[in-house]
Amino acid sequence: MATVDLRDVKKVYPSGVEAVKGVSIAIPDKELCVLVGPSGCGKSTLLRMIAGLETISAGTVAIDGKVVNAIGPTERDIAMVFQNYALYPHMKVYDNMAYGLRNRGTPKDEIDSRVRSTAKVLELSALLDRRPRELSGGQRQRVAMGRAIVRNPKIFLFDEPLSNLDAKLRGQMRVEIKNLQRTLGVTSVYVTHDQLEAMTLADILVVMNAGLVEQTGAPLDVYEKPASTFVASFIGAPPMNLLALTGSSSGPMLADGTAIGFAAPETQAVTLGFRPEDADVTFNAEALPGALVLPATVEAVEPVGAESFLHCAAAGSRIIVRVSGRATAKPGDQLRVVAKAERLHWFDQAGKRVD
Amino acid sequence: MIGQSPLRTFIAHAVLILGILIVAFPIYYTFVASTHTLQTILRPPLPLLPGGQLWNNYSEALFGGIGRIGGVSVGQLLLNTTIMALGVAVGKICISILSAYAIVFFRFPLRMTFFWLIFITLMLPVEVRILPTYKVMVDLGMIDTYAGLIIPLIASATATLLFRQFFMTIPGELVEAARVDGAGPWRFFFDILLPLSRTNIAALFVILFIYGWTQYLWPLLVTNSNDMNTIVIALRKMVSFADADTEWHLVMVTAMLAIVPPILVVVLMQRWFVRGLVESEK
Repeated sequence: MATVDLRDVKKVYPSGVEAVKGVSIAIPDKELCVLVGPSGCGKSTLLRMIAGLETISAGTVAIDGKVVNAIGPTERDIAMVFQNYALYPHMKVYDNMAYGLRNRGTPKDEIDSRVRSTAKVLELSALLDRRPRELSGGQRQRVAMGRAIVRNPKIFLFDEPLSNLDAKLRGQMRVEIKNLQRTLGVTSVYVTHDQLEAMTLADILVVMNAGLVEQTGAPLDVYEKPASTFVASFIGAPPMNLLALTGSSSGPMLADGTAIGFAAPETQAVTLGFRPEDADVTFNAEALPGALVLPATVEAVEPVGAESFLHCAAAGSRIIVRVSGRATAKPGDQLRVVAKAERLHWFDQAGKRVD
Repeated sequence: MIGQSPLRTFIAHAVLILGILIVAFPIYYTFVASTHTLQTILRPPLPLLPGGQLWNNYSEALFGGIGRIGGVSVGQLLLNTTIMALGVAVGKICISILSAYAIVFFRFPLRMTFFWLIFITLMLPVEVRILPTYKVMVDLGMIDTYAGLIIPLIASATATLLFRQFFMTIPGELVEAARVDGAGPWRFFFDILLPLSRTNIAALFVILFIYGWTQYLWPLLVTNSNDMNTIVIALRKMVSFADADTEWHLVMVTAMLAIVPPILVVVLMQRWFVRGLVESEK
């Protein structure tokens, strides 16, 4: 039972570098908030400020309504899972998990029962007498999780916990983390640079860039309505196709002079975007009113199995179109890319979304 | 292994055996000499096989006392030297691990200044500061005391640097995990840092024990009375310029006994020592 409230949090390093430039996020009880962004966007710094491992230059961090700026990590009652697991190499798995409880003066038999029941949940029971170096990456990851869970903290903090695992294990652990977090009902903050992890895990998705929050919302809302060109190109794989517009008296045109054929919702829109799956290709030349039609040349075809991605040159830039099944187009083919008007996104000069 | 031909094996072994002979023969010869009477030693050539005086010579030296150094027994010398070598080794390790801990894990004003001060003392040989140190010891009344033998030698820039380098390889995440787990500075030091430094400490202990054991100049200055001498100093005092005055059989016994403790330390701690030098366990 805990909420986390960040209000206008800033981090300025002594060197003058401003890593976090004023971030406000409210995380309700029991929800998992994912901070996602490219490296250097300040997401890890923000997490470490919530943990109490970095001082807060300005603004407040409140846990359960209580401002914790001046409180150390121990008293904040948080548990953290680190990127490289940070297990104590000289301690057995059991002691790794028990260490935090011992430091808090928990009675011995209670420590024992808590460690053993947590180990059971995480399927670590057989490994309790091993040392970290005798474990595989996935097992170490579990121990790191166990060390966090066993303390029964108010808040879990995850700092890119899956980035050292191979792709298959990562997918598996992702599901496990989500399930655990839901069953335990512990408010969590999760930092990642992987947009797939962000989309699948988050209750609240926070997209960060250059020390600022670009957008906060439910993952699918963020996906459907990206607030800026940055979010549009960061969330989604492959990313959204963005095309520059030039205004003219007869309506917006693409950079190479192709007229769009219908009006933009706002005259200040300078960028138009559509998702690869919201477009289709056609070899026919019929008129398609109410849709964006771009003459394009196929440059590359990526068959993935259930779907194929066509990389095309159109309107002076490269765009990607997803077609389901196997693509009939070959590199060098001339075709037309068609995107429905209602599936288009528009952005203004500053990169902000306009509707 | 590069090759396995018999010739190669033969040459390799021959070279190794020759090396061992060159190193071991003088020690063996010392041992042989320590088992003969003084008369046998003084009448060349010295036999190549041990004589029958082993028990007599060793018990005389260990328990009887040796005339040339004021009747002090080798047992007393061994005790003095052991106390000094242990004190120097343990003291050096304690001080250097603590100062390295402070320099690596804490932020305080003039941190780097202190680090450089320690570092600079590396470039200052003991001999340069030996007179002022001696004066300080005299003023503090530490001449002919174990404290006087040990304390001036226990600051160690080298050991501090070694620990510093090791501590810097400890990932920051581990420190942070400990903080989140509620470990304060002392807990972190004793529960995590010290166990992780075990192999380094063992390796350093071996090196520093031998360093303390073989000290010559400082014990020579700071001890006047014969029963505070270390074994190396006593050995020197036992040898007179006139051959006939020197109890060579006892000198040889003392030399043999002086070798034993360092060898014991190396043999007993060999496993740790090698691991500390080779392994970079995190």
